[in-house]
Amino acid sequence: MSTDKIMASRRAFLGAMATGGAAAALPMAAPAGAQQVATSASIVILGAGAAGAALANRLSARLDGATITIIDPRQRHLYQPGFTLIAAGLKPASYSVSTTAEWLPSGVRWIEQGAAGIDPESQTVITDGGETVDYDYLILATGLELHYEGIEGMSRDVIGQNGIGSFYAGPDEAAATWREMDRFTETGGRALFTRPATEMKCAGAPLKYTFLTDHYLREKGSRSRSEVIYAAHSNSLFGVPIVHEKLRMLYDDRGFDTVYNHVMTAIDPGAKVATFDTPDGPVEIGFDFTNVIPPMRAPAVIRESGLAWEDRWVGQGWAEVDPYSLRHRRYPNVFAAGDVAGVPKGKTAASVKWQVPVVEDQLVAQIAGDTTDRSYNGYTSCPMITRVGRAMLIEFDYNDNLTPSFPGIIAPLEELWVSWLIKDIALKPTYYAMLRGRA
Amino acid sequence: MENPSFGMFIAVFEEMFGPVLFWLMVTVAAAVTAVYLYVLIRDRAVSWRKFLLAQLSMPVGALAAVVFVWWVTNSGLGDVGGPVDVIVLLGVPALGAVGMAVFVYTVQSLIRGASQDDG
Repeated sequence: MSTDKIMASRRAFLGAMATGGAAAALPMAAPAGAQQVATSASIVILGAGAAGAALANRLSARLDGATITIIDPRQRHLYQPGFTLIAAGLKPASYSVSTTAEWLPSGVRWIEQGAAGIDPESQTVITDGGETVDYDYLILATGLELHYEGIEGMSRDVIGQNGIGSFYAGPDEAAATWREMDRFTETGGRALFTRPATEMKCAGAPLKYTFLTDHYLREKGSRSRSEVIYAAHSNSLFGVPIVHEKLRMLYDDRGFDTVYNHVMTAIDPGAKVATFDTPDGPVEIGFDFTNVIPPMRAPAVIRESGLAWEDRWVGQGWAEVDPYSLRHRRYPNVFAAGDVAGVPKGKTAASVKWQVPVVEDQLVAQIAGDTTDRSYNGYTSCPMITRVGRAMLIEFDYNDNLTPSFPGIIAPLEELWVSWLIKDIALKPTYYAMLRGRA
Repeated sequence: MENPSFGMFIAVFEEMFGPVLFWLMVTVAAAVTAVYLYVLIRDRAVSWRKFLLAQLSMPVGALAAVVFVWWVTNSGLGDVGGPVDVIVLLGVPALGAVGMAVFVYTVQSLIRGASQDDG
């Protein structure tokens, strides 16, 4: 009894405190308490990840009589913000894994196949099982493709060997990355961290992982025998200038060697050498441990659909949507949310949290023959872990403004324990509440 | 940003603990509070002997709260990085101490009853 009571009060406090913080990193949308709209529209959602599942839940609650179909072959749902924690040995691989089925509402038809083609003129989607699905409204929420083949010599098969990690690939690969990092930090040596030149999800993750590796090197007493290199793809560490400056200072403080304008083009797992494209030509850097982050692009079905940007992010194929309404610029009955949306920021779970109610309101207004001012401002959040136990709760928008949820209380550019607590215990339940359309 | 709603907080807590455990904890917390109020009303006075023991239990509750938070979150004293961290680090034991005191007082009142009150 007494233990229960103590646990209860402690947990309740922790939850209350951290949930308030989670409101920051996964900002809360207005509840979908608006009136239901009657319609016989057919809505197809491509992808049952964070954006797709959340929209399926919200739209099925909001629309009366609509036919909602969600197309996705994946049986597993992955909580991707957990990958860095798995790769830091703090959580097991199972921490990020749930099932797709548990997040989908009962009234939605789930086609457990991939989308093979989209014809926006005839308003049809063809699945890889050969089924043709007509739609009145289409939501692109496919997520993105990790293009490992874009780095010569790299593939998923080499993850977890020869000091090569890559936690983006999935929970098992994140656990394999931890095993390599754990082994490396016992002895020390040269750690090499990179990011691709393409748009990418959670641009803070490679930076966090550099901090985390440094943390373990120091904890195990091998930092003095080690070199930590961060190869930035451009001339900055982070797209938001004020955040770049803060990170530059922290990287100097931690003794990291930062090189700029280095884009990884090849890796030789056997020789443990990575090749970079730089303004001065190819440069080779050897490593004892590295975390490879592949180039990223939209899935082929989007790239080849005629719905992708042609003059921006060439070759990456992100959906050509208005950055504020998330409505397609040429096909007004098509929307995009999540990683696949061709917008300047916003490839994080926190961005999805902010985008989903915008797509919902825009779509519902359109169905009702109305319009809405509801728009997405580029909100993105990054709990920048700077060591185990501390993080900076960085939030920003399209204009590179910092948008702290607790100004004057939780400083965005300060390494805080409170920000770590938010990341560690509150973000995942907030994410799951978002999937259900309840947050 | 838009303000979080009460329903959203409930939803997050349900995801954090699972709906069954969450509502069980809410029920237990509410029950202990109700029993505490009950014994105060029943006895129509604060028993200072019980209160003394309750006070003595407070450091235990305070320490347990802090250690528990550190354990759950893979962190420790050295991670305090700014003023808000200090405030939270003081708030955790304060809540733990008060929670423990209320609990100890209530249990004593239930076991000993009103008759063995003040000395």
